[in-house]
Amino acid sequence: MTETSSLRIEGLSVGYSVKGQMQRILDNVSIEIGRGEAYGLVGESGCGKSTTAFAALRYLPRNGQVESGRILIDGHDVYALDTAQLQDLRRRSVAMVYQDPGRALNPSIRTGRQLAEVFELLGEQRADWQRRSVEMLERVRIRDPLSVMARFPHQLSGGMQQRVCIAMALASNPSLLILDEPTTGLDATVEAEVLDLIRQLRHDLKTSILFISHNLAVVAQMCDRVGVLYAGQLVEEGSTAELFRAPRHPYTAELLRCLPDRNRSKADAPLSTIPGFLPLPGSITQGCIFAERCRLADPLCRAVIPEAKWSGDGMSRCHHEDRIGELRATGTGLPSASREPGLGEPVLELHQVSKTFGQSAHHIRAVSEVDLTLREGETLGLVGESGSGKTTLAHAILGLTRPDPESTILLDGKTLGARLADRSLDQVKAMQIVFQNPDSALNRSHTVRRMIGRTISRLLNLSPEERTRRIEDLTRAVRLTPRHLSARPRQLSGGLKQRVAIARAFAGEPRVVICDEPTSALDVSVQAAILNLLVELQSSERVSYIFISHDLGVVRYISDRIAVLYLGRLLEVGPAKAVFEGPHHPYTEALLSSVPSIEDRPAHRVRLSGEIPSATGPMTGCIFHSRCPRKIGAICETQEPPRLQLGPDHVIDCHLPQDRLGRN
Amino acid sequence: MTATAAPEQDRTTQKSAPRSLASRLVRRPSFVIGAAITLFWIGCAIFGAALVPYDPFETDVMNTLMPPSAAHWFGTDDLGRDIFSRVIVGARDILTVAPLATLLSTALGTALGLAMGYFGGVFDEVMSRLVDAILALPTVVVALLALTALGASTTTVLFVIGFTYVPIIGRTVRAAVLSERGLDYVSAAELRRENPLYTMFVEILPNVMPAILVEATVRLGYAIFTVATLSFIGFGIQPPSPDWGLSIASSYGLIGGGYWWTVLFDGLAIATLVIGVNLVADSVQGALND
Repeated sequence: MTETSSLRIEGLSVGYSVKGQMQRILDNVSIEIGRGEAYGLVGESGCGKSTTAFAALRYLPRNGQVESGRILIDGHDVYALDTAQLQDLRRRSVAMVYQDPGRALNPSIRTGRQLAEVFELLGEQRADWQRRSVEMLERVRIRDPLSVMARFPHQLSGGMQQRVCIAMALASNPSLLILDEPTTGLDATVEAEVLDLIRQLRHDLKTSILFISHNLAVVAQMCDRVGVLYAGQLVEEGSTAELFRAPRHPYTAELLRCLPDRNRSKADAPLSTIPGFLPLPGSITQGCIFAERCRLADPLCRAVIPEAKWSGDGMSRCHHEDRIGELRATGTGLPSASREPGLGEPVLELHQVSKTFGQSAHHIRAVSEVDLTLREGETLGLVGESGSGKTTLAHAILGLTRPDPESTILLDGKTLGARLADRSLDQVKAMQIVFQNPDSALNRSHTVRRMIGRTISRLLNLSPEERTRRIEDLTRAVRLTPRHLSARPRQLSGGLKQRVAIARAFAGEPRVVICDEPTSALDVSVQAAILNLLVELQSSERVSYIFISHDLGVVRYISDRIAVLYLGRLLEVGPAKAVFEGPHHPYTEALLSSVPSIEDRPAHRVRLSGEIPSATGPMTGCIFHSRCPRKIGAICETQEPPRLQLGPDHVIDCHLPQDRLGRN
Repeated sequence: MTATAAPEQDRTTQKSAPRSLASRLVRRPSFVIGAAITLFWIGCAIFGAALVPYDPFETDVMNTLMPPSAAHWFGTDDLGRDIFSRVIVGARDILTVAPLATLLSTALGTALGLAMGYFGGVFDEVMSRLVDAILALPTVVVALLALTALGASTTTVLFVIGFTYVPIIGRTVRAAVLSERGLDYVSAAELRRENPLYTMFVEILPNVMPAILVEATVRLGYAIFTVATLSFIGFGIQPPSPDWGLSIASSYGLIGGGYWWTVLFDGLAIATLVIGVNLVADSVQGALND
């Protein structure tokens, strides 16, 4: 029997039993992945991506149940196998790589032993385990396998951990590799490395890949074909190039429009959003599942379930496929951020701000001699990889950590105390923060009303009536309804929680709001709504933002100026447009080229080799010299780079002469 | 106006509130059994004296050491007292001392743990070492020492057990507080200048309550056992109370003579109560982890 597809899912429906009721999570999903093909499954959280993967491995949680449909891996019906056969299938034919490598590896067992376990399970001779482990690690381009094997997972960087996971997955030469958000927790430069690796491996090994991701750009780069999952249904499928160039389902089209990219800024137009929410499983019984949120929907869509329509290689479930073009033509109907040109007065000034952690012998300089100015009504984007000191700098500004003694932070020209306790009430309330993770930022025992109300009463001196009115105003400003006020965080979706966090940050009428990756935990359509909200609040409240993010598309969209941080030092500061277009610092160049994008396939990329060095001990010369792809020579290692003034407001610390700096 | 301002916001995916702890508990058979046993003994402690067939203190020299019979269900002891009545009324003292001691240690331990976890630094270091040192000593030995010094009485037993459990509860609460301390809502509280007491008791405490509840029920089981042990060796509840540990202490010499009923029923009483409380503790822990 010859089987042409390595994974075939036919009419799969999966339900979870919740409180005694079956809720349908996947509805009649059919996917076929040919040999050696890479198939991308995209969709927002809760759409059933991971359920598909677990169902394929027959690995659903205990309350999950396949209600109908078949899954064939290499022609074997997964649900018809007995236990021994199933184990054999999982051992040899399929492998899975999970989102968080730190949690996929056992923290208390050395990597070498964990790798050996795989070969033990495969029934190989004990004598071969070591040799085979080394081979596997070499295959995933780990340069020093033996030292990696001698280490515990926490002693490896995130990118390295994910390589080890991939090595383990590939050990059995599986015919199908399932990757569930393999780069989601990783930095852009590390993500680029891991994606390069997967691409190379695919080329070498001819493994079929099911690539699950919420990141459209990553999928666009990695996959031959793409399926778009919405509320448990496959709404569109097609070849990558076709689907992203000319989507045939409104949901795909809208998703693509939500993405901020490097060519858009808030001055051009607000981001488009998808109104409404993902329907609850099983709540839509007639008509198209997307109808309620679709701008093309008409009575037909609400009454009749659209059939899958095939044309060539692509499939779409939409009654009005021919009208998708209208979506692009209609603007969002929203005014773009009204911004008067010219710059306001400086609000916040940082002079030589440093922060050193650790005691006597072991110093880690998380932030080093940072000079920055933030003007009224301005957004300053702060970018850098994880560990570059972004959050530490934010905490030092807020007074949550005490900066080193020589640091000076000025608010409206007045020196701020190092700790919150040393600052006046006016100074404390002038600066607030929107944290990255709303689950951590909101107290799960308190209601929304209490969280916002308490902040108002601590920071503003208002009468009870004025306080109630302010709560209502804030609620409205962040697009929550009064109904949400009595809810606790666990009753709200991620986007709503972040709105509560934003309302709280604005409660005390701040002048400066630090946004620490406020959208990194959110889906793209929700992200777009939150970014629009921030832009809108900025123009109505005249606040200044320090916007921390590793997503350069987002930073480009929202920022007026951008500061690039590496190992706690500023390498480049300048207007957003200038930083993106260049000439820019070699590090900025590398960061920019590591961002996957939907439009261009990777042509020439600047790759950073090696890992971020640790900031212990003094480092001579340019801080970036150990990874710089454009290092000139010894001068980079010995002399601190000069500050080049490229424009009125654009500075770069680099030894390269101005005309040799990279451009986009 | 952003596009999201549309009325769709009104039909938020507001999730229903999760089932309450109580309703999750009653679905567990082990909780139902444990709670039934515990409530039975609590009922005996409160109403027992009014319901028993005999006065538990009344001696009857004509009927000493009678085996179980229709008149005396559990038999009589060496002074002719009705053992059934004594076992029922014997729940009173132990179920007064042990829960009060647990309450005391939970209150103090929570305050200690909150302070250690919240302030951290030198204070936490010093207190942690102190806690470790105290925990290295066996509870009964510490209690014996204290009771010898202070004189044995029901009140001293209450306070001694109460204080000896403070460190262990403090340590549990501290661990729970530490993981909360790192969350951003604590920073958010600092950024609106809350005082430490507010942050500890209003922001953090509700979120560590589950851990405290579990620890308190577990400690109650231990406290019952410790009270019984101390009474047995004569340092706990004092005669003439019909306390179980005390009764066993005065009768265990009789087992050799075949008078098993003088010890068995008191022993069963202690065992069932401890098992009942522990079943409840396990279920609470399990239900919270659901």
